Amino acid sequence: MIRFKEIQKAYDNGTKALKGVNLRIDDGEFVFLVGPSGSGKSTIVKLITAEEAPSGGRLMVNGYNLNNIRPGQVPFMRRTLGVIFQDFRLIEKKTIQENLIFAMRAIGASPRETRKRVPYVLELVGLEQKAGCRPTELSGGEQQRVAIARALVNNPQMIIADEPTGNLDPMRSLEIMMLLERINELGTTLLVVTHERELVDRFSKRVVAIENGRIISDETGGYYNDEVTI
Amino acid sequence: MKLRYNFGYFISEGFHSIFTHGFMSFAAVCMIVCCLLIMGSFSLVAVNVDHMLGDLEAENEFTAIVEETYTDGQTTQLQAAIRGIPNVASTTYVSKAEAMAAFKEGREDNELLNDLPDDVLRARFRIHVVDIERMKETASQVEALDGVAKIRAEFEIAEGFVVLRDIAGAVAIILVVILLLVSLFIIANTIKLATFNRREEIAIMKMCGATNGFVRWPFVFEGMLLGLAGALVAFLFQWGVYSLVANAVTGSDTMSLITVLAFRPMALRVLGAFVGTGLLIGTSGSVLAIRKFLQV
Repeated sequence: MIRFKEIQKAYDNGTKALKGVNLRIDDGEFVFLVGPSGSGKSTIVKLITAEEAPSGGRLMVNGYNLNNIRPGQVPFMRRTLGVIFQDFRLIEKKTIQENLIFAMRAIGASPRETRKRVPYVLELVGLEQKAGCRPTELSGGEQQRVAIARALVNNPQMIIADEPTGNLDPMRSLEIMMLLERINELGTTLLVVTHERELVDRFSKRVVAIENGRIISDETGGYYNDEVTI
Repeated sequence: MKLRYNFGYFISEGFHSIFTHGFMSFAAVCMIVCCLLIMGSFSLVAVNVDHMLGDLEAENEFTAIVEETYTDGQTTQLQAAIRGIPNVASTTYVSKAEAMAAFKEGREDNELLNDLPDDVLRARFRIHVVDIERMKETASQVEALDGVAKIRAEFEIAEGFVVLRDIAGAVAIILVVILLLVSLFIIANTIKLATFNRREEIAIMKMCGATNGFVRWPFVFEGMLLGLAGALVAFLFQWGVYSLVANAVTGSDTMSLITVLAFRPMALRVLGAFVGTGLLIGTSGSVLAIRKFLQV
């Protein structure tokens, strides 16, 4: 569960990225966060992952108060999140299976736990046959599936996908969105940051639109605000 | 999933990483070898210089001249009293005849000396001290003894040795510290380059929820292994280079005055110093290098 209450964020160079954002995402929700470049979408993601600290307001992420979180608690907060990036960020020297094991070992999972969990997650994203391949041997869509598998492998409460289809063609983008929808149906909260209007319109989900650091629209049910310039 | 610190995993990751990033590992080991060789060579030169100064110091002595009226029995008692003074290393008795013979040595052409009787000079003790720095104080203590007519000593030379030894020691320490810092800087930068290639891995680990300790330990072990490997290679090189130089110096006629210490008796200490320094610069280099990348 995420709570933004009057969140402000100003960077050191004086840029005011967020100007009093109020946002609540409950467990199990699927939310699209849309807005033009520079509107504050990435800042919201960075605040949720604790890469940045808010300048004002109150921020809660999965039970952690990020206003006064101790540095030692940040890794434990991050274990409640899975993050998917536009550029996949897979380790090219490792196989698909090793990429997932790497993510699990990073939080102290035992080899026994990884042997049990990795094949299950690979099957979930439909890549069980590609476990031994390296990322460079896969298509863009498949690489993003691996990134989704990596985000899922530690069983997070919430997945944040930052422009997950930005590097994919429309067909692969649709497949990825359908996969994310399925993951959401299995109980994981989803926050998808995107500016792909067609894709957002195709799914009947809650859409939060942001512009100039302010939320200008928050509608549930697949509504996409036409006033927002993407 | 609770946090587990599996050191077997860290060591295997560190070891695996050395081979995965082979070129950078090779560069880091080469840097450690070079730094240790420079430091080691300088330190060994300093040790040899110190040893030679020690030899020269040992040859420095002062003379206590015995009262003319003293009998042999009294002189023996006086020698025991001199040996009882704390800083006295050894005493050598020089009889009147021996003193005269020594005086005549090199003056054989001087006919005036031929007619002098053998007992014209007084008996004396040649006294070596343990610590040349305390020579003046020791000489005063000897002079205060009954039976000692006077003291003859070259305090300026003794003080010169002390100053020379102190300067050599200080220069050696300063240079070794500077070289150590330079090595640390170079190693930190070499490992930082290696770490830079892996910043994506670190960022992924951090985003997955890895603690700083979890991310840091494999790098620390990697640094330790590189430091250890560099130290062992540097030790073998040092042994070879030292032996070559030592053979060249001892075999040379022009450098016959220079005495070179054998490497074997020092080998364990050199190995210990190399391994210790290698581990220190490898580990500190890793910790310094990774610090920046942990701030995600």
